[in-house]
Amino acid sequence: MTTTTTQWIDAGAQDSVPLDDVIGVAVDGRQIALYSVDGDVYATDNICTHGHALLCEGFLEGHEIECPLHQGKFDVRTGQPTCAPATEPLRSYPVKIEGGRVWLAID
Amino acid sequence: MDSGRPPVAAAACADATIVIIGAGQAGGWAAQTVRKEGFAGRLVLIGDELHPPHERPPLSKAVLAGEAAPESTRLMKPDAFDALALDWRPGARATRIDRTSKRLEMADGTTLNYDKLILCTGGRARLLALAGADAPGVHTLRTIDDALALAPVLKPGGSVVVVGGGWIGLEVAATARKKGADVVVVEAQSRLCERTVPREISEHLLALHRSNGTQIVLGAGVTGLSRDQHGKAVVTLADGSALACDAIVVGIGLVPNDELARDAGLECDGGVIVDARCRTSDPDILAAGDVAVTPNPWVGQRVRLESWQNAQDQGIAAARSALGLEVDYQPLPWFWSDQYGMNLQIYGIPKPAHRVVVRGVPGSESFVLFYLDGDVVKAALGPNAARDLRFARRLIEQRKPVDAQRLADTSVAMAKI
Repeated sequence: MTTTTTQWIDAGAQDSVPLDDVIGVAVDGRQIALYSVDGDVYATDNICTHGHALLCEGFLEGHEIECPLHQGKFDVRTGQPTCAPATEPLRSYPVKIEGGRVWLAID
Repeated sequence: MDSGRPPVAAAACADATIVIIGAGQAGGWAAQTVRKEGFAGRLVLIGDELHPPHERPPLSKAVLAGEAAPESTRLMKPDAFDALALDWRPGARATRIDRTSKRLEMADGTTLNYDKLILCTGGRARLLALAGADAPGVHTLRTIDDALALAPVLKPGGSVVVVGGGWIGLEVAATARKKGADVVVVEAQSRLCERTVPREISEHLLALHRSNGTQIVLGAGVTGLSRDQHGKAVVTLADGSALACDAIVVGIGLVPNDELARDAGLECDGGVIVDARCRTSDPDILAAGDVAVTPNPWVGQRVRLESWQNAQDQGIAAARSALGLEVDYQPLPWFWSDQYGMNLQIYGIPKPAHRVVVRGVPGSESFVLFYLDGDVVKAALGPNAARDLRFARRLIEQRKPVDAQRLADTSVAMAKI
């Protein structure tokens, strides 16, 4: 067993993520989608696992993000697909809010 | 699983056989869904093409342009496809359904018993009713093989005449122009996509194609196909003019592959008639996708939907229904087309009786046309307006009265309407 220290990376100001909406950001060379739902912030990869579209241009309803290209859906809390044609999960990232900033754990 | 319902229908038993005829998008989704819902019996997938299930939209665009490999269109990665443990029969064809003994007769002389049969036989490109309609140099575009056969012509110096100014014809024209070929589109009606979009959109498409160097001839019937002494393919028009080219692409619609169903005595009307549970007039036979004619409350009548969305969602619905699960398939029709980087989307079916509300400026790069019955939005469409149209979909589905003035006001966000 090895222990790793979680690396928290600053993904931007919390108030840059509009309430009940989604934005795209670049963090550590990755394209990340940040979601704000009911005051909580979630983070997943920004590129749909089905059709290479940007989820930040999609449609957020509750905890589901719908891809703008083919309307596949994912749960933003887990990255799990919830509606066809999405079948493969998105990578999701642990989030903490500190000092008004959104921090992501990226290994 | 819901309580109070028999857990497993008869067809879902481990010794049952489900046969899916047609391995396109509908058949592929039906197969995936049958397994996802826990069916452990024998699952047979019959495809007349050699390719595993795939999506067709890229075939007239990225695959035709040589920008995407045919394999990139597959519905499932190879390991996911293998995990379905299918009795997969590529290049195979069923020739008869014996409904009494629930048995298929195959072109190779073998037979195949089924407990539930799902018809996802799709359609084939309609050919011109003219001599030479299937001669070399005359193409259609429906399959991977069609795209690969046409692709070599699409290059600078190459020339294409597209017969039919509908979706397939226009997408092929756009791809051909992008690859540098000379393109003429010949359309029999007085405007493009006349059957599916209002005049404003036809005009938008016409301007888009002309500005990209595609020549469009409207109101022109094709009277002959031939070959000249230089080996060029020749299209003759009703006015006597002739267009010589390297390839003729005929995009004049789809013929549903419903012969198997008709011969078996299933109720058909320009396709196989099914109910909201995807059942044909024989409850052990279901149908989905391009071949199925389905009652649709959004349209107000039975309709055969030729769309990516319907192929996927009805394939899923038919699979669930075959397993005895609750299904009520009543989709709001959704369609899109991509041409020269323009994305046009359509929700619902615009009708002449609807009141039109315009958001934005028709003819500009992005605008939306809403179709209202009273104050309720019934359909919406427009170019490069995917996000607004996604909100429009919600308005249509909610069936709530809207304020037409706010709908037309681009300073009011769609999310606030």
